[in-house]
Parts: sequence; C-alpha cells; structure tokens
Amino acid sequence: MSYAATHDQHDDHHGAPKSFFQRWCMSTNHKDIGTLYLIFSLTMFFIGGSFAMLIRAELFKPGMQLMQPYFFNQLTTMHALVMIFGAIMPAFVGLGNWMIPLMVGAPDMALPRMNNLSFWILPFAFLLMLSTLFLPGGGPAGGWTMYPPLSLQSDSLAYVVFAIHLMGISSIMGAINIIATILNMRAPGMDLLKMPVFVWSWLITAFLLIAVMPVLAGAVTMLLTDKYFGTNFFNPGGGGDPVLYQHIFWFFGHPEVYIMILPAFGIISEIVPTFARKPIFGYKAMVFAIACIAFLSFIVWAHHMFAVGLPLGAEIFFMYATMLISVPTGVKVFNWVATMWGGSMTFETPMLFALAFIILFTIGGFSGLMLALVPADFQYHDTYFVVAHFHYVLVTGALFAIIAAAYYWLPKWTGNMYSEFWGKVHFWNSVIWVNVLFFPQHFLGLAGMPRRIPDYNVAFANFNMISSIGGFLFGATQLIFVGVVIHCAFFSKKKATDRVWEGAKGLEWTVPSPAPHHTFEVPPVINDDELAHGHVND
Amino acid sequence: MTSGGIRRSFTAAAALALASFGSVALAAPGPWQLNMARGASTWSQVPYHLNNIALGVCTVIGVLVFGAMFVAMFRFRKSRGAVAEKWSHNTTVEVIWTTIPVLILITLAYLATGGLTSWADTTGSQMTVKVTGYQWKWRYDYVDYMGKSIDKVGFMSKLDSQSDQTRQLGSGLDPFAVKVGDESTYLLNVDKPLVVPVDTKIRFVITSGDVIHSWWVPATGWKIDAIPGIINAAWANFTAPGTYRGQCAELCGQDHGFMPIVVVVKSKADFAKWLAEQEAHSAAPAAAPQTAQVAAPAVAKQG
Repeated sequence: MSYAATHDQHDDHHGAPKSFFQRWCMSTNHKDIGTLYLIFSLTMFFIGGSFAMLIRAELFKPGMQLMQPYFFNQLTTMHALVMIFGAIMPAFVGLGNWMIPLMVGAPDMALPRMNNLSFWILPFAFLLMLSTLFLPGGGPAGGWTMYPPLSLQSDSLAYVVFAIHLMGISSIMGAINIIATILNMRAPGMDLLKMPVFVWSWLITAFLLIAVMPVLAGAVTMLLTDKYFGTNFFNPGGGGDPVLYQHIFWFFGHPEVYIMILPAFGIISEIVPTFARKPIFGYKAMVFAIACIAFLSFIVWAHHMFAVGLPLGAEIFFMYATMLISVPTGVKVFNWVATMWGGSMTFETPMLFALAFIILFTIGGFSGLMLALVPADFQYHDTYFVVAHFHYVLVTGALFAIIAAAYYWLPKWTGNMYSEFWGKVHFWNSVIWVNVLFFPQHFLGLAGMPRRIPDYNVAFANFNMISSIGGFLFGATQLIFVGVVIHCAFFSKKKATDRVWEGAKGLEWTVPSPAPHHTFEVPPVINDDELAHGHVND
Repeated sequence: MTSGGIRRSFTAAAALALASFGSVALAAPGPWQLNMARGASTWSQVPYHLNNIALGVCTVIGVLVFGAMFVAMFRFRKSRGAVAEKWSHNTTVEVIWTTIPVLILITLAYLATGGLTSWADTTGSQMTVKVTGYQWKWRYDYVDYMGKSIDKVGFMSKLDSQSDQTRQLGSGLDPFAVKVGDESTYLLNVDKPLVVPVDTKIRFVITSGDVIHSWWVPATGWKIDAIPGIINAAWANFTAPGTYRGQCAELCGQDHGFMPIVVVVKSKADFAKWLAEQEAHSAAPAAAPQTAQVAAPAVAKQG
C-alpha cells in the first residue's frame, strides 16, 4: 500500500556508500547504525557469556578449582556490567534504530549524526572497561552495583566510572533521538494511538533513560570524588552515609530494570498478534500498562534495600508500591493470552520465543512478587533465589524477546528467510537448558546459598552441578544462533517476501525485503486497515 | 497482628504447598533441599509461612494462566483449521482480571505487614549482643543479659582452619571430608561460635568496621546489613537448643564467601555457666586482634 504509492520516487536514489569505512564508521543511516548496535550487542553477549561460563565452571563443584576468589568477584561484576550495558541495552537501541523509523513511516532517525556518535562511543567505553581486567589490580570486583565502601577499595574505579559516564552519554543521546523521532517524524495519519506497541514501549523507555542515566552518573561521580578528591559523601568517618549511595543507585537501578524489559513487552506485543493472526487484545490497556509500570518504577527503589535497616514505614511503603506493579504486569500477560484466544496460530521460531517469554517471564514475575514481601525477603535477599529471579526476567525475559525480534525481522533486514529448522533447534535447546540452568537456583537460594560466593557448602553441590551443566549447554546453544544469522544474511537461497509473515501488519512490512538503504523519503499514505492498530477504540 | 495470628490464618492455605516442599526445622542446609527451612526462632515462622502462601498463590495463578495458554495453543492453531476472530476488547474480563489480583495482593500485604511489624519491635529484649563485621570475620560483644551489663566478654569469630585449608586453590583436600560429627560443615564452621541462651528475646545491634556485610542466620528468619557508621537492630528468640549456621550475605570483598556465622543455642543454665567462664577469663584480658581496634563511629540509626 503505502510504499507502492511512493515507490518510484526511490528509484534514482543512491544506495549505501561503497567504502567500508564510510559506510560503517561514518554512517548516519538508521538501518546501518541499527545493524552496528546489534552486532556490538551480540559480541558483548558472547564476552559476558564467557564470564558466565567461567563462573559456572568454578561453581561446578565445591572447593576452589580454577581461580582466586578475587578474580571470581571480578567475573561476577564484569558479567553483569557487560550484559546489562553492553548486550541487553544496545540490542534494544539497535532494534529501535532499525524498526522505529520503518514503523512510523519516517525516512530516518531525527538526529542522524548524533545517532552515529551515540553508537561509536560504546566500543570505546567497553574497551576502557574491559581493559581493567588486564591491568595490575584487576577489574572492578565490588559487584555491578558498586556499593561503597567496598567499591572504593578497587584500583580500577576511575576506569569504570569513566566508562559508565560514556555509556550514560550514549544512552541519553540514543533516548533523545528516539523521542525526537517518534514525536516529530511520524507520517501524517500515524496518530500516537495508532503506533505499534513496540514504538510506544520505546517512547516510554526513552523517557526513563533520560530521567535516570544522569542519576547514575551523579552516583558514580560521587564515588570518584570520595576516592580521589577527599569528599565524604559515603564515608561515615567524615559524616557521610554508605546507604545514601544505595538510595541514589537504586533510584537509577529500578527504572533501569524496566528499561531492559519494556521494549521486550513491545516486541512480544508485535509478534503474538502476527502469529495469532488476530489484533492485540486491549491495545490501549497495553499502552497504559507500560506507562503505569514506568511510573511505578520510580517509587519502588528501596525494595532492593529491605535489609539495610530502613524504618518500618519505609519498608511498608516500598512493599506496597512494589506489589502494585504486578497489577499492570498481570494485565499485559492476560492480554497476550487473550490475543491468542480465538486466533489462528502458527509456531514459527519468533512465536516460539515469544510464547516462552510469556511463560518464563511470568515465572520471574512470580518470584518478584514473593521478593516484594518484606518478611520473606529477609530470607531471600542476596541469595540465589534473587539470582534465579532476575535471570528469569532478564534472560528468558529481555534476551528471549531480543532473539524473538531478531528472528521476526531478520527476513526484512536481510531479504532472506532464516533456516526454520535450525531456528527451532536453537529454540528448543535454549528453552530446555535455560531452565536447567536457572530453575535449580531457586532451590539453592531457599536452602540458604548466598549470591556472589565462589565456593559453597557441600549441601549445595547437587543443584550447582545441574545448574552448571545447564549453563554450559545454554551457552553452547547460542552458537547455533550465530550460525543461523550468518546463514540467513549471506547464504540463504530462500528469498523473503515483502510481508514475510502472513499475519504481519504495519508499515515496516510495506517496504521491500531487504529494506532498501533509504525508505519513506516521501511520507507513506497511511491506510488504517493495514495498520496493526488502525481502528483501535479500546 | 502477631506471628501467632499469622500462623493461624496460614494453616488452611499451607496445604497448597506441595508435599515435597514440606520442611523440617533444619539447622543447616541439606542436600536436595527444595524449600525454605522453618527456622528455629519464634519469628522465623513468619517468612516461612509467607513464602509457602505466596508460592501457593503463584502456583495456582500459574496453572490457570499457563493452562489457558496451552488450551489456546492447541485449540486455536491454524493447522487445525482455526479461523482468527476479529475481537480485541472485552471490558468485563478486563475489569475481572484487574480486580482479582488486587484482592490477592491486599491479602498478601495484610499478612506481610503483620509479620513485619512484629519483626520491627525490638523492645522488651532480655539480652543484647553487639555484632561487628570485618573483612572477613565477625566480632561479637556481649552487652547485657537479664538486665545486667556484661563487661569484656567479646571475641572474633572466623572460618575454621579445616575449611580454610580445604578452600585454598589447589589444596587437593576434599570439601566433603570437612565434618563435625555427621554434619558437613565446609565453609559453615567457625573457630569460636556465638553462644546464646534458648527462649530469650535477644537484641542484636549490628554494625561494621570497614565495608558493608550482612549478618544472616537462616534459622532466625532474617538478615540485616552491617554498615559502617550505622547501628542496625534486630531480634531473635530461639526456640530450641542447637547449632545454627549462616553466612555473610553482602558482597564484602575477596573472602566474602568465607566468613560464616555459627550460633550455638544453649539451655539457660548452660549459658549462665558459659558466661561465667567467659567473664572469669576476661579478668585477664585477651588481646583483641588488630582489626578489632578499627573503631566504628557510632552514629545513631537513621529514621
């Protein structure tokens, strides 16, 4: 429809620059920058994953086998920092870069040069951070949360703080770009309440990013001045307070965890209707639920701190606010199930990952609800129960959604179909081993195994060994994904159609596959029937 | 609401917990242990029952939601000839599935609030022990017992030497061989345990001399952070004599995994005897280890 109407005007347009350097390093094209983000994210996923493999290898059986405890602490710290800031967040920014302009009918991002800068900061930030592993004194070892006074004992603090500043600048610029694109660059007729849920989820996420990344920058800067410039923000000997850092950090940290899950909600809300061939149930409720969750994320930060000795009133307030989040989150899960109900479902790989997301993310939500109950949290806090909880929401939540999105849009990006057989092999291995990996960690936590320990009592041996076996196989399974992507991009003989999926709706499916270097240079004519949410009155 | 009240209201719903999740009072974690232990203090029942209730609620909701999903996946597949319907909205069901979770949450919040309130009440304690965390050991100072202040009874408590030798990289020693009697105590034993009396409301005041630690004995039902410059308070009343083991629960540096906690609960008579011995010893003051002299500035707890 819309693309056909304007198609001939693209014919005389230039394609991608021929020179490798010009095309990739100097790019201002949202698709190329999106690709760069996604490749960067996949690289970081394997670096962070290799840290996880070493952690699981050390924890394979009781006794110290492979490394000194301090190096183990560096691994857990770096695993988290790399996965959060290097793998999950850039993957969502990459997906947003690629898809938001295509979904709202814009020719590119609103600020293309800033887009280039916000990507190219990242490799340098991570080089700086990862280089600390090879410096005398080693990398950061105080946990990704960097609680003082412990984090102040680290020699690499300044490197990490500077790297975090760079990542923060990158995230803020990315967020500004996404907001400007969504608010200013929509094609005429693409009303806010006709936008795909994925675009909505990114709009809200971008506001969260702008709100909290400066808070993190402030917190780590105070660490820096406490260590090197004689301030006493967090030093009780000088009238400071270590708990103040935790309040500031988690005021960033809790919205941050929703930054990592709201775009995933958006992705699932695109995929489920496509493969159920039925419009999403309760579009407005879905958008409203995301906004609710975003708001609540600002008033629940102290649920990470139930054991620091908060006053009773504060513990009660943060418990109630936290429990409240399960209402909008529940609405989202129910709506996805209602979208499937009465549909006509097929189960291609993106749909399989989306269904696994719904079930396994919900399990992570259940343990989240249990963690919200303060008296129970006094037992769960800082145990493997928490580790299991946040890996269910981040691995089978955020990561599964990213993988689902990659399978869903890969044909549009490359013009070729991926191998459905190998996609399914990847899916079934992932979904089985990830549960072998993380489910027993609930038991370990409940039985009393603290997190972030390199060695443990022999009572924890059985489940740790099972968890490690699951971990190695889950890690190895992800190599299949790389194979599928490379095959799809370069070797697949099966050409993708423009629409790719029978039930797919929305502007991104009106452009050819692969999407040409420039799209929508003339705004498309919007036909409400062809939008996923063109006639939404709910 | 008292913890006894919680226990009563939980009795019916406790049946929801799966049989395999049933638990006995464990002093230390057991192999293949699936659920939280009941603990051994008057208050430790609260998290235990709350955990079981919440788990039961989540299991029921999970069975319903995932059940509906699986029914949808089998009934509404294209390969079975399902034709997609057009509807995308139903106000009635949306109101229902927003209201029911709210009601469940109110119930859970009510139970949790009662339990939390009883936890926060440290008044009426018959004994006070000061706990100080250090990298990487604990110090215990006995402050008062039965209204009488105690002088100079205090000691450091660190990982036992057998665990310490075994845990060294490349030690070649078997962690399964670290035992006290029949109990495997690898990384869960100390040179000198904290000794307290049974059936006594003990107030713990907890702080740290360097970085943040967290004092956690699962049998008490709680953990609380040991923070430099801040003194936190919590209480426990052990219901049975025994040896209860725990660990530091806040990352505190390289040996965070190697600073266990052992509490030996004795009968009141045995404890009185033990305390008298300690007081006699302290007449000739034991040299405190170097680190113990790092003074924690005593700033009043916030709030």
